[in-house]
Amino acid sequence: MIDWLTPYIDPALDVASWICFIIGGFYLIVGSIGMIRLPDFWARLHGAGVVDTLATELFILGMILQSGWSIVTIKLVLIGVFLFFTSPTSTHAVANAAWLAGIRPKNMKQQAPLTGNQEKSS
Amino acid sequence: MLHAIGLGLGLSALWLLLSGFFEPLLLSLGLVSVVLCVYLAHRMDVVDHETIPLHIGYGIISYFVWLTVEVAKANWAVTKVILSPKMVLNQSFITVPTDQSDDLGRVIYANSITLTPGTITVEIEPGSFLVHALTDDAADMEALADMGARVTAIEGNA
Repeated sequence: MIDWLTPYIDPALDVASWICFIIGGFYLIVGSIGMIRLPDFWARLHGAGVVDTLATELFILGMILQSGWSIVTIKLVLIGVFLFFTSPTSTHAVANAAWLAGIRPKNMKQQAPLTGNQEKSS
Repeated sequence: MLHAIGLGLGLSALWLLLSGFFEPLLLSLGLVSVVLCVYLAHRMDVVDHETIPLHIGYGIISYFVWLTVEVAKANWAVTKVILSPKMVLNQSFITVPTDQSDDLGRVIYANSITLTPGTITVEIEPGSFLVHALTDDAADMEALADMGARVTAIEGNA
């Protein structure tokens, strides 16, 4: 019934995975530019976050589309899931260490709420 | 006991999926390693509702789908900031109140905040998080509170 579709599936998967790779590569470059352009440690963490999250996950999605239904697919999915859970944890560890070491952003508009009950109204 | 069985089933599924072998000898070796892992985890006293969150239901899946969309949107916002010729940053530290009942919910919430570019959880205090925001748009208390309410809803489905 859908036999006529068969020759188109592989090229379609190729195109889809290439789209993932290209968008992922775009975010990888943007994140790297951010690491250079952003002014200080705290802002650069966000640039690294772009590479950490969307760029890597898009690369893995592209590879999943290339690998087809096999055991490699499952391993790639697991890599994606573990990245999804561990990358924010490591980012938090770095940010927390910097906070405790007394590193503060340049040109911050307000002092950090240390005890932090002032802004709870919202 | 329920958590130990859950851990054993999860490890067995992982072993099968990662190895792809179904020969009797290798299967029995896998079974031995699963039992050994469950025993070690039991000895370490880490088999509880935190390490094996059986009480988190299917709601977590729709939450992760929603979170992925949010991460994509936040990525685009940070991308615009990075690529704009004159970067308009307004870094700030904000205090986000949390009302999750246990540590697991708080971890999910804190990790979700960090995962969305533009906001990073810096410090965890009783009843609140200290969050670093890159721009004014990122420091959107209502969006963060919405995320917190969704995490609480997952927990509440226990």
